[in-house]
Amino acid sequence: MTTSLELQAIHKHYGAVQALGGVDLSVAPGSRTAIVGPSGSGKTTLLRIIAGFEAPDAGRVTLGGRQLANGPEAVPAHERGIGYVPQDGALFPHLTIEGNVGFGLPRNTPKRAERIAELMDMVALDSAMLARRPHELSGGQQQRVALARALAQRPRLMLLDEPFSALDTGLRASTRKAVAQLLGAAGITTILVTHDQAEALSFADQVAVMRGGLLVQAGRPLDLYLRPRDAAVAGFLGDSIVLPAQLAGGWADCALGRVAVNDSGRRGAAQIMLRPEQLQVAEVPVEAAARGDACYGAVTDTDFGGSVCVLSVRLVRGTGPAAAAPAPSAAWDEALLVHSPSMHAPAMGAMVRITVAGQAHVFSA
Amino acid sequence: MSALPLDVGADAALKPAVAVLLPAPAAGRSGWRLSWVGGAALVVSLLALLPLGFVLWVGVQTGWDTASALIFRPRVGELLLNTALLVVLTVPLCAVLAVALAWLTERSDLPGARTWAWLLVAPLAVPAFVHSYAWMTVAPGLHGLPAGVMVSLIAYFPFLYLPVAAALRRLDPGMEDSAASLGLGPWAVFFRVVLPQLRLAVCGGSLLVGLHLLAEYGLYVMIRFDTFTTAIVDQFQSTYNGPAANMLSGVLVVCCFALLGLEAAARGKERYARVGTGAARMPSKRKLGRMAALGLLLPALLSVLALGVPLFTLGRWLLAGGAAVWRLDELGPSLVQTLGLALAGALLTSVAAVPMAWLSIRSPGRLQRVLEACNYMVGSLPGVVVALALVTVTVRLPIYQTAITVLLAYLLMFLPRALISLRAGIAQAPVELEQAARSLGRTPAQALWAVTLRLAAPSAAAGAALVGLGITNELTATLMLAPNGTRTLATSFWAYSSEIDYAAAAPYALIMVLLSLPMTWLLYQQSKRTAGR
Repeated sequence: MTTSLELQAIHKHYGAVQALGGVDLSVAPGSRTAIVGPSGSGKTTLLRIIAGFEAPDAGRVTLGGRQLANGPEAVPAHERGIGYVPQDGALFPHLTIEGNVGFGLPRNTPKRAERIAELMDMVALDSAMLARRPHELSGGQQQRVALARALAQRPRLMLLDEPFSALDTGLRASTRKAVAQLLGAAGITTILVTHDQAEALSFADQVAVMRGGLLVQAGRPLDLYLRPRDAAVAGFLGDSIVLPAQLAGGWADCALGRVAVNDSGRRGAAQIMLRPEQLQVAEVPVEAAARGDACYGAVTDTDFGGSVCVLSVRLVRGTGPAAAAPAPSAAWDEALLVHSPSMHAPAMGAMVRITVAGQAHVFSA
Repeated sequence: MSALPLDVGADAALKPAVAVLLPAPAAGRSGWRLSWVGGAALVVSLLALLPLGFVLWVGVQTGWDTASALIFRPRVGELLLNTALLVVLTVPLCAVLAVALAWLTERSDLPGARTWAWLLVAPLAVPAFVHSYAWMTVAPGLHGLPAGVMVSLIAYFPFLYLPVAAALRRLDPGMEDSAASLGLGPWAVFFRVVLPQLRLAVCGGSLLVGLHLLAEYGLYVMIRFDTFTTAIVDQFQSTYNGPAANMLSGVLVVCCFALLGLEAAARGKERYARVGTGAARMPSKRKLGRMAALGLLLPALLSVLALGVPLFTLGRWLLAGGAAVWRLDELGPSLVQTLGLALAGALLTSVAAVPMAWLSIRSPGRLQRVLEACNYMVGSLPGVVVALALVTVTVRLPIYQTAITVLLAYLLMFLPRALISLRAGIAQAPVELEQAARSLGRTPAQALWAVTLRLAAPSAAAGAALVGLGITNELTATLMLAPNGTRTLATSFWAYSSEIDYAAAAPYALIMVLLSLPMTWLLYQQSKRTAGR
């Protein structure tokens, strides 16, 4: 059942607009891949080319060794056996739920009714719903029916086009988890397209970030989060703090003082990145900052968000070693974003000492 | 009422009438206006029931014996068969043609698709009896059922093409993608997913075409094909207000209701709107490739038949007649009379539609829906039935044989056109906007004027224009009801073409076509807008 997907140098133009400018991607059998990117980055076009709704201008798509597309010569969608769940489910409004789920099953399929009931079971829907119409179901239920309909084909590959974006926040996480478990248990290779980075990071074994029709970076979610290729990818996958620094021997001198980095070989000027949760703040008396023995800052704004409070901290220039940091830090004068547990969050105007946990990531180039 | 200071600006003269209509003053301010509006809506709805009441009353008056003798005779059977065959043959052909054309113009890469779409709607600007006039010129031997089916097809297919094309544009292509990913080939996708979605459009359009087939007079007289409507007018012209014509019109009304019931049954109860949220992506166009030449043939052929033939014929007669056919002393008064009737009728109909349109948006309810249904029902009755009813009712009144009776007939026939447009217009002015205006210091009357009427005005104007267009091209009721000496464009055209003076009739036909063109363009634009494009 499990099959690997290979994309090689996929190009696609719409008139003068380049939608895809040479995308290579390989998806391991039985794995879950999430394609993320801002709108207009080409992710949906890529998905539609894999599904066979559109043919690439150039490039090759192969699934389990079978060539599906080579430039404009493409196997049509209905001969590919690839499951597809669109953004809003696209259930057929003129058919009942049973008609929808069984749509791809020929009338003479043995045990058709049992198969439909089994599919409803798989997506955790009550078989009593089979007689209902799509508009009588909630958004989450409609998505599940769309999934059951696609699963009926026993697809080798399942494509999900932002299937959770129409659901409300609570339902979204639980549906996502249920779908991931279901597809994992069935061993179906899955590709999810989304613009929601949190969804991508939690859903997938492999995350591929797209931008301007190109695949910028692909890899394991944690690797991408901690070691993004550039500031834009870093920013897309979560809040980030990017600082200019001078590297030497595995350490960086920057506005936060001396910070450990994950690249011991690099020397000279570079950009380093920290995630806000790596910064820890401790409230200190205002006079302490004058000593300048560490990195201090004043809280200029607090944004209460429930469990986590986001603080804006402006660095205070003392007279100690941190103040004598090399030239780049002098120019760096933006507010730092710090994630602090709400329980002990310092108040606005408080003086804090800032420490860095873990290593900072060094951007190449 | 004086306790409600907001009413100060209202017309004091209305208050006695209001008191009658308002049994419970506790209903408050909104109840005040509602009752006044409700009373007006009630009057219009009762008026709308007049033709149906006439048919029932005549049936009772005539008595069963005479009625059955008049109804169950070979002539009626022959007419019934003719009419039924006409409907049964024409409507499905129209539907197939409309779906094929709509698919070609909306879903394929047909060269010049937008131009073809417009050319396929444009035949609506040519009145049906001008179509048959053109065909009689081109092929004088045409007659009977085959000719009736062919000319009806050519004259009426745009009524189906318009809604089907709009529905095709609106369809969510995501559904077709899903069906393809479930292993269905292009043909299977079309028949199992696309076609069922077009059901509402096909049903509605078919009903419209069917009702036109039942009501049309001029087209079938000219190609010598007898239907109920032509027989009723014949009877009316020979025996005047005889029971035979009345009985025939009773059967015709039954036919209309049969069509309405059939459509309601075929429409079913399914919901066809998109289920999901969010914007649908643009549908992709199928490449015709080498089939493009074949695909071009169908719209090209239809454009030649439905536009080319009438325009060619008109051109030919105008050329043959030269300057002599432009008798300005006749054309001028005819144009003035037509425009006068159209303007007065459009105004009267729009005003009459306001109360019901208002109620249906601001105060919908069960009684309101029943009353509204009366308004729509009367529009689906043939003009000949409406005219007969008005003749019977007004014959002893001073308004008999005056323009007032003609205008009343127009009001009844075209009420739905005005109502639908007005409803849409008022729906665009939600009551919240009016309330916002009130909170900004406007009196209710000022708020109504400055917000609601301002927002509803474009739709009201479009509705009035549609009514005016209908009146300009109306023949049957005008022939039967107009006072002596009235010559509208349509009746003048009819008089000349009945005398086989085709050249003299041509200028009138040309003016009718030219007057109708802007409205047809408006219809075309509107159908594009309802599709969200």
